[in-house]
Amino acid sequence: MADTYPDVTADTGTDLDTGTITMRVTRYRPEDGELEPTTQDYQIPLRKDWAVLDGLNHIKDHIDATLSYRWSCRMGICGSCGMLVNGEPKLTCEAFLTDYAPGPVRVEPLANFPVIRDLVVEIGSFMRKLPQVKPWIIDEAPPPAGEHRQTPAQVAEYQQYSMCINCMLCYSACPIVGLDEHFLGPAAIALAQRYNLDSRDQGVLDRLEVLSTDEGIWGCTFVGECTTACPKHVDPAGAIQRYKLSAATESLKAFVLPKSRRARATNGPAPAKEGDTP
Amino acid sequence: MAKQRAEPFLWLLFSAGGVVAALLVPALLLLFGVLFPLGWITPPDHDHLRAVAAFPLTRLVLFGLCVLALFHWAHRFRYTLYEGLQLKHLHRVIAVLCYGGAIAGSAAAAYLLTAGL
Repeated sequence: MADTYPDVTADTGTDLDTGTITMRVTRYRPEDGELEPTTQDYQIPLRKDWAVLDGLNHIKDHIDATLSYRWSCRMGICGSCGMLVNGEPKLTCEAFLTDYAPGPVRVEPLANFPVIRDLVVEIGSFMRKLPQVKPWIIDEAPPPAGEHRQTPAQVAEYQQYSMCINCMLCYSACPIVGLDEHFLGPAAIALAQRYNLDSRDQGVLDRLEVLSTDEGIWGCTFVGECTTACPKHVDPAGAIQRYKLSAATESLKAFVLPKSRRARATNGPAPAKEGDTP
Repeated sequence: MAKQRAEPFLWLLFSAGGVVAALLVPALLLLFGVLFPLGWITPPDHDHLRAVAAFPLTRLVLFGLCVLALFHWAHRFRYTLYEGLQLKHLHRVIAVLCYGGAIAGSAAAAYLLTAGL
C-alpha cells in the first residue's frame, strides 16, 4: 500500500502544518484471541488537507501496519471507507481532521454490522437484502429497437435515488436496523424507489410484495437519521415516506374497488408515473 | 415476509392525523391560548361561540380532528412502546390498548359533540 499511496508526509507544506492530533482507533483482532474490541491511540500530524482516511493511511504506512480498514477511491464514490468518526457514520475520505481538532478523534467500525477485524465490518446482511427489492428494470415488453428515451422530467423523477453508492452509512445510522436485523433498511428501499419511479420500469407491484411488509417500509418509523447520514443526499427517509403513501393508496384501492376492478388494480399495469407520456 | 394488511390503513390514519393536527391545532392554540386571553383579538361571546360549535359542519370538522389526532397518537405511542421501551414482545396488548384508547376517545368525542352541545 505504501507503494501506491503517495507519501504526503514527505510534503512539508509548513504553513499547512498545525501540529499533531490523536486518533483513537478501535482495534479488534479475534484471530489473536481477543474477545472484546479495545482502543489504541496514535499521534499523527494534523494537516489541513488530511481527511480521517489520510490519518489512517499514515498510521498504516508509518506507525502500525497491522491496522485493518477498507478504502479505495478517496473521493466519495466507492463507498468503502465508511466508519464512525466521533460516533457519527461518515465516509472517512470526506471527514477532515481539522474539523475534529484538537481531538482525540474516535474512529470505530460502522455500527449495526458484525466486526471482522479492527475497522472492517461484515456486510453480508446488506448484500443479501439488496437483491430482494429487485433493483433492476422490470418490463415484460420486448425492449425498443433503439434506445429507450426519457424526458428530462422523467429522469429527474428518480435521479436523486440513483446516487446511492452503497456505503451503508444509513444502515449504521438507522436505529431500526439495530433493533431488527431483518429490516430491509434505508438504502435498499430507496433503491427500490429508484426503479419504481423510472418510466421504463413496470415492476411497482412486484416490489410491493416485498416492500409493503413488516420488514419493509412499515418497519420504518421515520427517525430520519438515514437522510442525515447520507453523503450523497439520496434522502432515503423521504423515499420511504413517499413509498408508504403509494403503498397505502394501493391497499386502499384493493380494499374499496369491486373484485372485478381489484384484479386490474393488483395485476394490471403500474400506476402512471410523473411525466409519463400517453 | 409477512404482508401487512392493517398497517397501511393505520398508517394512513396516522398520517392524516399528523396533517390535520399540524394544520388546525396551532391555529386553535394561537386563538384560544394566546390571542383571546391576551385580549389582542376580542373573543366572540359565549353564545356566539356555542352557535358556531353547534353548527353541523363545525362538529364534523372537530370530530374528524379528534379522531384522526387520536389515531395519530395511538400509532406513534405504539411504536414508542415497541422500540423506545423495547416492549415489542407485548405487541398484541399494546396494539389493543393504543387503538382501543383511540376508539374510546373517538366515542367520547362523538358523545361530547352531540349530547354535550
